[in-house]
Formats: sequence, C-alpha cells, structure tokens
Amino acid sequence: MTADTSDTKVKAIAVTRDSEKLAAPPNLARDELGSALSFDRSMPGKQGILFPAMDVPESDLPPRAFLREAAPSLPELSQLDVVRYYTALSRLNYSIDSGFYPLGSCTMKYNPKIDEDIARLPGFAGLHPLQPEDTVQGVLRLFFELQDLFAEITGLHTASLAPMAGAQGELAGILTIKAWLEANGRAGRTRVLVPDAAHGTNPATAAMCGFDVVSIPTAADGDMDLAALEAALDDRAAALMLTIPNTLGLFDPNILRIVELVHGAGALMYGDGANLNAIAGQVKPGELGFDVMHINVHKTLSTPHGGGGPGAGPIAVTAALAPFLPEPYVIVDEEANSFRLVRPERSIGRLGAFHGNSGVLVRAYTYLRTLGAAGLREMSEAAVVNANYVQARLKETYTLPYDRSCMHETVFSGSRQRARGVRTLDIAKRLIDYGFHPPTVYFPLIVDEALMIEPTEAESKAALDAFCEAMLAIAREAEQQPELLRDAPHQAPLRRLDEATAARKPVLRWRPSAGAAQP
Amino acid sequence: METPRDLKYSREHEWVRMDGETATVGITDFAQDQLGDIVYLGLPDPGASVEQFGKIGEIESVKSVSELFTPVGGEVSEVNQAAIDDPEIVNKEPYGAGWLIRLRIADPAQFDNLLSAEEYEAHTTSEH
Repeated sequence: MTADTSDTKVKAIAVTRDSEKLAAPPNLARDELGSALSFDRSMPGKQGILFPAMDVPESDLPPRAFLREAAPSLPELSQLDVVRYYTALSRLNYSIDSGFYPLGSCTMKYNPKIDEDIARLPGFAGLHPLQPEDTVQGVLRLFFELQDLFAEITGLHTASLAPMAGAQGELAGILTIKAWLEANGRAGRTRVLVPDAAHGTNPATAAMCGFDVVSIPTAADGDMDLAALEAALDDRAAALMLTIPNTLGLFDPNILRIVELVHGAGALMYGDGANLNAIAGQVKPGELGFDVMHINVHKTLSTPHGGGGPGAGPIAVTAALAPFLPEPYVIVDEEANSFRLVRPERSIGRLGAFHGNSGVLVRAYTYLRTLGAAGLREMSEAAVVNANYVQARLKETYTLPYDRSCMHETVFSGSRQRARGVRTLDIAKRLIDYGFHPPTVYFPLIVDEALMIEPTEAESKAALDAFCEAMLAIAREAEQQPELLRDAPHQAPLRRLDEATAARKPVLRWRPSAGAAQP
Repeated sequence: METPRDLKYSREHEWVRMDGETATVGITDFAQDQLGDIVYLGLPDPGASVEQFGKIGEIESVKSVSELFTPVGGEVSEVNQAAIDDPEIVNKEPYGAGWLIRLRIADPAQFDNLLSAEEYEAHTTSEH
C-alpha cells in the first residue's frame, strides 16, 4: 500500500460522523476496496495469470527502434484483486438496475434485457460499416422498418436515423428547416422562437444554425403566453421549437391554436421529442401540425443512457421536408429487390461517419416490436398515472407552482423548505441517504427551487410509495433538523464534491505519487 | 434583502460604487440569494477594456451558470483574487469583501443610466 492510499483512508474515516461511528464501526474492508485505485493496490511481483512453460519455437523481437525502453506502468494484481476491485467499483454506481431513478426530463426507464440480447446477435454486432450492401440486408431492413415505425409514431411522412443523439437530431431538424426555407424563398427568416421553459439545447441549436433566438414566456397557468407568441410571429420567424408536453410536464391545450398561428405567419413547427414518453401512441405530433420532430430513443425507447454513451436521435419530417433529410437514408430498390442506403435528393449532408450507432437503433426497434402498438399506449398511460400519483401524494407537503394534473412528470418548488433555510439541493442530497437517485433540480429555470420528478411507467406502486415516504420524511426533517439536510449525504461513499473544480480542472490521468512503489 | 442606498444598480443585478475615477463592481444581495452557493467566478484580466452593460465573465452556483455584466464601462484595474479563490465570500459579503472587479471608468455620465436603490428594489419585486 502506498502513502497515497493511507491518506485516502484517513480522509474516508474522518468524514464519518461521531454518532455514526457509535452505531456502526467504519467498514475498513469496504473503504479499502472502494476508494483506492487499482494502481494504489499494486504489489510488485503479483500476477493475474501464470504462463505455462513455452512450448513453441522462439522468434525474434522487432528491430530495436520499435521496442520500448521502460516497462509499461501497469498495476500488478492477482485475478481476485482485479475482480474485487471492479465489483467494488460497480457497487458504488447507481443505475436503474439498482433502484428508482426519478430524474425528471431524462426518462430513466428500465432497459429490457431482450433489447441487449438482440443487439448482441452476431448478425448485428459483428457487422463492419464498409461491408457491401448485399451482405447487410438484414440490418438495412431493420433500419427501413424502424424509419416507418418512427414516421407512424410521430404522424409524419419520413424519418431519418442518421442523427447520433437528441441534440444532433435538433441540429439536423433545424438545418432541414433552414434548407427548406432557403429553397422556398424564405431565407430572410432569421429568428427561431423558443419558450422559456425549453431545454437549453433548443436555443443552443438555433444559435448554432445561425438563427437569432427569441424567448417566449410561459403564462401563469403553465401554458405558452399566446399574446407574446403572436407578437413575435412576423416575417422574420423561421420556426417555433416546442416540447410537448412542456418541461413542466403540462400538455398545452392551446396546441392547435399555436400551430395555426405559427403556420399562419409562414414559419414551421419543430417538435422536441424529449417528452414523447407522455404521448407515444396517444397523439401523433404530425397530426397536430408539427413539421419536424426528433426522438430521444434513449428516453422513450429505453436504450441505455447516462454517462454519455452511444446514442441516436432520429428525426421525422413532413413530405415537403423529406428531400432535405440528412444522409444516409434506407430505401427499397424494387428492381433489385433489395434495401439500399441513399442520399436524399437535396440532403443537408452527413452528420457523421456511416450510419450512426446502429446497436442503439437495434435496441429501439426491439423495444417497439416487443411492446407493439397497444403496449406503447399502455406505456405512456402508466407513465402519466405514475407521475400524477407522486404529485397527489406530495402536493400537500411541497409547493406545486402549477397546480393541475400533469403528464409524465411533475415539477414542485422547494420554496416552503427554503423558508426554513433548506435548499432544493439539500433535499436532493438527503434523498441519497434514503437510497434514491435524486430528481432533477433547478430545472426548468422558470420554477424557483425546482424539483422535477419523472417516475416513468416502469415503477410499481410500492416503489413510488417508498419514494414518496422518503420525500415526506425529508420534509419533516427540514422542519425539525435542517442541519441534517445541509450536510447530506451522510451515507454515500463521498459527501459533497467540488463539482466546479472537477468540471474545470478535471484530473483525468493517474500519475505515480512521489515515493510510491514503481511497478 | 439588503440594498445599500449609496450604490447604483443595473437591471442585471450588479452594483457599482464610485470612488473618484475608480468604480467597484459586484453582484447584489438579491442576486447571490437567487443563485445559491457560488462555486466559481470567471472574471476578466486586469487591463481588459469593458463596455457598459457588456459581458465581463461568468458566475456559477450549485444551481446554474450565469453571465456577468458590468454596470459601467472602462478599463479593468483590479480583480478580486480572494473572491476567485473562495467564491463563498460573494454569498457572505456581496457589498464588501465579495466585490468582483475595479474599473477606471470611461465616462461618468454612464451612471445616469443606472438604477437607484429604490428603483432596483422595485425591479426585483416585479421580476420575482
């Protein structure tokens, strides 16, 4: 053990409060496994694998110029050390497979394991993107059918699977709108309207595509301020980017009027699919009048997310916009009786290499096919019922700024607890002690001390009750022992972290400390 | 919420104190309370020239990242290193040790474009 790890252990014990020490002795075995890096656990001479005596002829090493001079700096560990190390690390992790994860706007639903099984079939997992098309007809057929499924769910004409994340879907969608405007003599339209409740990616996308962003306020009832929308709609308006239901979890009953106003002014409707989980199978945005919509497959269609892994953000568009979609797009070549990747006639171009993260698309396809149309409707119904159940159980205790039934998520304000000197961040941190992942906090920005809870359809009533009980207990603690919340979490392996420094001066590389044993 | 009478204010929740040709700039008590625990300050370098109401940096709290603006223009003469090292002092003493930058002011007439303490208080009530 090096000097470094001893320090870490001392710190880990030092943060344990005196009262906790009496209740339970510090778990040294756990601390030792959980806090030290594999390098710190290295012991010279340890080996994970014992090689048998050589029974093949020796061969020469490459020329000296290609040989490294020093041995690589790798930890020396036994197999059991390695297994325990990674198992301990995995137990520090919190995921949807370990517990309730009500992170609002993120739709942290269960990822069915059959999606993983299908994505791992060698016919999908073993493909090379440069294989000739006639050898990958199976995956192209899956893409083609998935394009159709997305067109059906959104009520739009054509879908493209090319974008590789929700934000890239937005970029592709707004670039498609821009190309259509230019082709239709409306290039002078330089403004994109975005409600103040929107996700930050909406104004960022509009700005990246060269538009000026005009913010549309939310009215006191949580719906869009129609007068402000009308005032902003002139011949400079290119599009309105709208999330439906909005980030307050509310379905705007004026949606048809909004679409009428936007189209009446010669602008287009962009649908942010972030909250599709509330309406999938219930209402088709294309039938409401949306022209473009992206789908976050990692949210609604349950592909794994969190941690910035591979994603997909397909977009669906009206027939008028279809020629501008990004490349590639899958068609059926009737003559050759095969599926082909093509470039749409007036395409905005490629968004990246090849066909995006195809494994994620296979998971989304599997999810949709296993649910079926009736299952998809049940999914969104259950998501909405669950969110309303949580809202009903907590609304007497936490302030509900927009007091009406919600869709798939509910947004509270911690203002009542704030008056006791407890902030929403403290409530969120205390939930970790109760064994739950905290909800989204401080978003949407229009709610003071916001707490945004999205239970998803995947949770049972028992799980929702356990979470609500924890929230109610925390509200009582805020009254009686506010300091308990301000110092939380008390039970997590680490307490409050210096997130600002971690984001700005991240330490991404391990370096041997002075005096540490060199492998 | 404290709003000292001898300062001038911007709608973006900054205050400015005149001292001869030097102006000291900071954020208001209202602003620090809305932001919550401040964890990071990005401020301009001394010598930088800034315009009235222009962006001078950013401020990050546990809630969000916001842009910082200056109520008056001029040349930055001093930056509060103590606040950069320990941003919490902006929460504790927004009008004192938690000041952000000092400027050699370009045009004293710019003060006429700013709010009085009473006007600023009315502004925060209407916004809240």
